[in-house]
Order: sequence, then C-alpha cells, then structure tokens
Amino acid sequence: MLSNKDKIFTNLYGEESFELKMAYVRGDWDNTKALMQKGSSWIIDEIKNSQLRGRGGAGFPTGLKWSFMPKDSEKSNYLVVNADESEPGTCKDRDMIRNDPHKLIEGCLLASFAIGAHKCYIYIRGEYFNESVVLEKAVAEAYAAGLIGKNACESGWDLDIYIHRGAGAYICGEETALLESLEGKKGQPRLKPPFPANKGLYGSPTTVNNVETIAVVPTILRRGANWFSSFGREKNTGTKVFCISGHVNNPCNVEEEMSIPLKELIDKHAGGVIGGWDNLKAIIPGGSSVPMIPKSVCDDVLMDFDSLVAAKSGLGTAAVIVMDQSTDLVKAIARIARFYKHESCGQCTPCREGTGWMWRILEKIAIGNSSSAEIDKLLDVTKQIEGHTICALGDAAAWPIQGLFRHFRDEIEENLKKGNYVA
Amino acid sequence: MSSIQNDNFSFDEKSQGLAKIALAKYPNDRKQSAVMPFLDIAQRQNGGWLSQPSIEYVAEQLEMPFIKVWEVVTFYTMYNTKPVGKNFVQVCTTTPCWLRGSENIVKACKEIISENQCDVAHNNLFSWMEVECLGACVNAPMIQINDDFYEDLDYESTKNILQSLIDNKPLKIGSQIGRLGSRGANNAQ
Repeated sequence: MLSNKDKIFTNLYGEESFELKMAYVRGDWDNTKALMQKGSSWIIDEIKNSQLRGRGGAGFPTGLKWSFMPKDSEKSNYLVVNADESEPGTCKDRDMIRNDPHKLIEGCLLASFAIGAHKCYIYIRGEYFNESVVLEKAVAEAYAAGLIGKNACESGWDLDIYIHRGAGAYICGEETALLESLEGKKGQPRLKPPFPANKGLYGSPTTVNNVETIAVVPTILRRGANWFSSFGREKNTGTKVFCISGHVNNPCNVEEEMSIPLKELIDKHAGGVIGGWDNLKAIIPGGSSVPMIPKSVCDDVLMDFDSLVAAKSGLGTAAVIVMDQSTDLVKAIARIARFYKHESCGQCTPCREGTGWMWRILEKIAIGNSSSAEIDKLLDVTKQIEGHTICALGDAAAWPIQGLFRHFRDEIEENLKKGNYVA
Repeated sequence: MSSIQNDNFSFDEKSQGLAKIALAKYPNDRKQSAVMPFLDIAQRQNGGWLSQPSIEYVAEQLEMPFIKVWEVVTFYTMYNTKPVGKNFVQVCTTTPCWLRGSENIVKACKEIISENQCDVAHNNLFSWMEVECLGACVNAPMIQINDDFYEDLDYESTKNILQSLIDNKPLKIGSQIGRLGSRGANNAQ
C-alpha cells in the first residue's frame, strides 16, 4: 500500500483549503525557479526517465510527446490541458482541480516552459462549474503572487493561463475535437496527420495533456525520476489516482501505486465488493471504453497499462466500475452503448449509424428478443466500426460489446433460450 | 427552436462585464473562440435557455454567421433551446449511476416534478431531464441542479431535496450522506 509520504495528491479529499497559502504548506511552488533553471531539456529528460505515461486514457509516454514540439517554430507554442473529464466512471481530475489546483497550475508552468509555450489553456468540462470557479481563483492567486504571468517565479519566462469551459460533449475529450471546440466550433475530431505538435490550436504547435499528467510533473521534478519510477513496474510506473465505483461497499477515489493488484485495490480502499469477492461478476477496469473482465481475470490482474492489455482490456483512465452477481450485464453494456450513441459527433458514418444500431440490438437482447445469429451480426458490426473512424470513439463504442460477449456469450445465449430476459 | 421566443436580447451590464473578461482570453483575431462563453453568459441572463434573439445577438457580437453559432448551440448539450425550470434538475443515468440505483432517482423526479422529462412544472419552479455521465461516479447516484452537484443519493434523499426546493428550504450541496468529497464513507485514512 502506498504510504502517505509518497502520495502526490495530499489534499485529494479537500480536508484542507485549496488556497495558495495551504498549497505552500503542502510543498507546491517550492523554489520552482530552481527547477526551471535546470533547463527545458533537463525537464523533458527527467519526465522521460520517470516513464510517466499520459493519464487521460491512451497512456502515451509524456516526455516523448513533449519532445515532438518544434523548438524554433515561428508561431507561438501552446499547452492545452484536457480537463474535459467525461469518461463514465472517471472523476479524478475533478478532485485535483477543486482540492489541489496549485499542483496543476505549477505543472502548467513547468510543462509550458519545457515545450516552449507562453500560453496555456485549461479546457474544463462545462458541468464542473464550481470546480472552474475554484480553478479561476487559484489562477488569480498565482498571478497575484507572481508565480505565473510576466517573469513567472522570477524565471524570466512569461506564461498566461486561461480557463475555457466546455458545454457538455464527451467527444471534446478527444484532443483535436477539444482544439476545434476551443476555436469556437463544433467539437469534431480532426484528421491526423498533422498532429497537434505540428498544427494544433490556431494552427500552432500544441501539446494536449490530461490534468493528472500535468499535476504530477512538479512532484516528479522535485523528488526525481527515480523516485517516481520506483513505483509500479517497468514502463508502468508511478502513483495513480483510481476511481472505484459501482458495487463496492465504499466507492472512492484513491491514490495508489501503479500495478497494484485489482483485488487488493478494491479490498483495501473500497471496502470490498458488496457481498464479498465471490459475489463479483465482472469489472470494467478503465472507464466505459475498455472491455470488461470477468471475476476469474480480476482475481489476479494488476492495475497497469500492460497487464490489462494482456488481459484484453485496458487501464484507460483507471476508473474501476465493479459489477456484482446481481448485475444484468447486457443492460449495463446497453446503457454504455446508449452513451456512445448520444456522444457520437456524427462525422463518420460507421460511428454515427453504428452506435445507434448497436444500442438498439443490445436493447433487444436485454428483453430476450434476439438470437445467436443476431449476436454474430452485432459482433460483426463492432468489427466494422472498430478502426474505421477518424477518432477512437468508434473503437470505444465497439470494445465494451466485444468484451461482454468474449466472456459471457454462453450465459447470454442460455438466458435467451430459457426466456430469462423477457420483461 | 422553441415556439416561445422573447422579442429582443442584449447583454445587460453584468453580462457585458463577463463578456469582456471572456473575450480577453483569446487572441484578438480569434474572437470566435469566445462563442462558448458568450452563449453561456447569454443563457444565464436569459433564465437558463437560449432564445433565437439571444443567439443572433451572440453571432452579431462575435461577427459570426448565425448558422455557425447555431451549429455550436445544437452540438453541445448544455445549451438549452427551450425554457427550463428555475431549478433545472439533471439526473445522471449512465452505467456507474445506474449500478447504484439511478432508476430510483428518476422515479423521485417523476413523482415530484413531472411524469415527462423537460416539462416545466410547479409554476416554473422545476424541470428535469436524464443526462449522460456528469463525472462524479464514486458519489453515485447523483443529480445536478443548476450549477450544483448533489451526491450519494437514494430515492428518499432525492425526494427530500426536491421537496426542500418546493418549500423554499436551504439545501446542502455535495454528498447527502455526509462524507468528505470522494473519500470512502468508512475510510478514516
């Protein structure tokens, strides 16, 4: 279990004020200038050595992403922080913003300096209104204290931070849709290449990073890459905030060591599965986009990127959705399918048409009005959507359905035959 | 677009101040970036929804064609194109909330507010609708009323919240079972 002294987010639950005077006490903004004086290459190397992987879902190595930013661009570089937290099951960025915003703001300065950006936008989901108010206050505090703005922390580097509120669109969590939205358009993903590092916000080089990714940067630089990489396994390092929801006794967010066994995570922090571990049916381990895993896999799987990929799922946002034996898994996945139907931006035909189609078939199965042949057809459609759209929303809609039938097809077909689903 | 429309719209003094702050966040030649904050400001001034004149006003202010603004309005779910109640109740029913009993929260809304979602009821006091994940999943089930989240709900506590609004009694935002943020209810750590 991660000891308190190794936790990065020591105010995750908001026992203390978010304000600057308490942030100082928590160790934020402690001689930030000294970190910057070591230079942008040192920062990027240190983040590379820490093996930090993006915390927004895709898990791309952060240091490597930063190194893609052109050094001698004629246009101004941008850092854009993705706080459009909308992946069902996920509510970690919210806690960092409302209770520990100075970690994020200091991270914005260090990351912007590393990638050569003088302007940073934080795109926060519109429903997090109260969180955006806290963040605005914290940014104003940082300006007033000379921590950001002109000659930030007396480093000679200028940085402006702006907060932009979204207005309810899951797709804006996709980085290029987010940039479109920030430019005042519908949030429809862009074709890539060009990637944002070459042509991002307003056509300028842009790095888009998740809140947690940026918020852990100051602590990594202070305590060292080796400290961070001492947690977890090779290429799956660090501490991580997990969100544990669904059928557990004490749903919660908790910061733990990467690669913690899933069972230990749930038993130690969430009070166990309701009715005990043997009452577990399946878990969605990384937010609604990743395939579920059955209890037999949950028994010993580790919570990290590579372990969950090997189990044909994914760490995603580390949002653990627990479903006990009472769960109608078809209904649970049908509801996720309805989510993707609602959130499809409509740009690509396979996703626009397919998400609604898949949802309708799942609803038919859920009331017993289906057949083995129809399940085959549904699975075929998931394959036709997967990989055939501009962004990953099509994949995200297809994978949970594939996961359901990979592990529970026999049971579902048996129930169809028995008429168990008929309402 | 709603058949109910107000005649004309322009930012009042408060909105003008907010609009000025919003516009300053973006480069001078990128006014369009302010369309989302401008629509939000307009919606708040207009009682929670966007009338056609209010959208036209935003388009004019930002020198955008009406259709470009309308595209934005219809793309994002938080812009309402029809009137909503003074207390706009959004009920999350996505899987993490559903697993924790969001059906009972919907039932409470139907009983106290209106059978059909989006009906403005109780002399303009309320309307409710089902929405997708609001990002408070470890405090499920939950609802959002205007800007505030109410978490760790059940059928009874939801009814109590709605009844308090009818009785004009004060409400406590956040967890309704008294826990601190997202900390496990029985975890002392």
